[in-house]
Amino acid sequence: MVDPRTSVINERLRRISRIIAVSSGKGGVGKSLVATTLALALARKGCKVGLFDLDFTSPSTHIILGVGNAQPKEEKGIVPPVVKGLEYMSLVYYSGDYATPLRGADVSNALIELLSVTRWSELDFLVIDMPPGIGDAVLDLIRLVKRIEFLIVTTSSQLAFETVKKLVSLLQDLKVPIIGVVENMEMSNAKSIRQQTEKLGIAFLGEIPYDPKVEGAIGDETKLLDTALAQKIREIAISDYF
Amino acid sequence: MHEWALAEAVITAASQIAEKEKLKEVTQVTIKVGELQQVEQDILRFALSQLKPASFKGAKFRITRAKTTLKCRVCEHMWLFKKQKLDKSTAEAIHFVPEIAHTYIKCPKCGSPDFEITEGRGIWLENIKGVR
Repeated sequence: MVDPRTSVINERLRRISRIIAVSSGKGGVGKSLVATTLALALARKGCKVGLFDLDFTSPSTHIILGVGNAQPKEEKGIVPPVVKGLEYMSLVYYSGDYATPLRGADVSNALIELLSVTRWSELDFLVIDMPPGIGDAVLDLIRLVKRIEFLIVTTSSQLAFETVKKLVSLLQDLKVPIIGVVENMEMSNAKSIRQQTEKLGIAFLGEIPYDPKVEGAIGDETKLLDTALAQKIREIAISDYF
Repeated sequence: MHEWALAEAVITAASQIAEKEKLKEVTQVTIKVGELQQVEQDILRFALSQLKPASFKGAKFRITRAKTTLKCRVCEHMWLFKKQKLDKSTAEAIHFVPEIAHTYIKCPKCGSPDFEITEGRGIWLENIKGVR
């Protein structure tokens, strides 16, 4: 018995130039906000961008983006709708506001299903909002998506960075490209995260200051792009790393 | 038409196996479809016939159905999935991503959404036959 779905995944992603998993060792570091804002910033730069929420049990990019009633189209697979200039895909289209309690094997199955039936168009970037940690979604993406690259989000907290070190170690062992580390909600100018990241041999992409305006910008991409968070992410999006 | 995407996956996987096993011609492809995904067999069969490459020209597609068995992890109760018990939009959501069953289906005995799909989830390529 063979699961036929995995054989078609790289064909589905063939027309996408770069596939970026926005990941973190710990939850609560602002990964979904960084992923969504990065996707918007790249799109505003003139790139064709998709955003894919793989945080199945706790999705939030649809709220950050303000997806509303958009729905995918069924056409020889699933065609993601364009929302705020992004091709947007999430399990939320099917689960709505209800809880989706999934164990590891179910996460893998849902991920394989969506990767094998979603028909992205020709994109410059597909930004993937990952669940936190080094669980099934990370391992499956590494196994199934040959050209995956990781962008890692941390906060200034040493607790968050300790888990980043584990993620970096795994990715380096598996020779998976890491674009760099972003420090979100910067707490001081100590530059400790920057120094520790550089010590790991990874690019440090920048510090994002804590901006209380972000909370009021949830669901409104124009307001979101007017925050200090977006300002910093725009700088990253126009850097040589993208 | 989600069946087209699944048919493409079947043809791609079967072609890879045929190449690996050095089959010049594929004569039969056996596919198992779990009830949970509610795949329309006629559409799947039509899509397979449209997508098959030249080396599959004379191939027969055998499609077998598997009942879906669910087992509660909390109380160990086992039951069969019945599409008829679902409203249209729920059935459609499960059709696209069978794991969405955990959102809408609960154990009929204890009410838990923590169950295992022990059999009959989605599509499987059982075997292919051909000539070298």
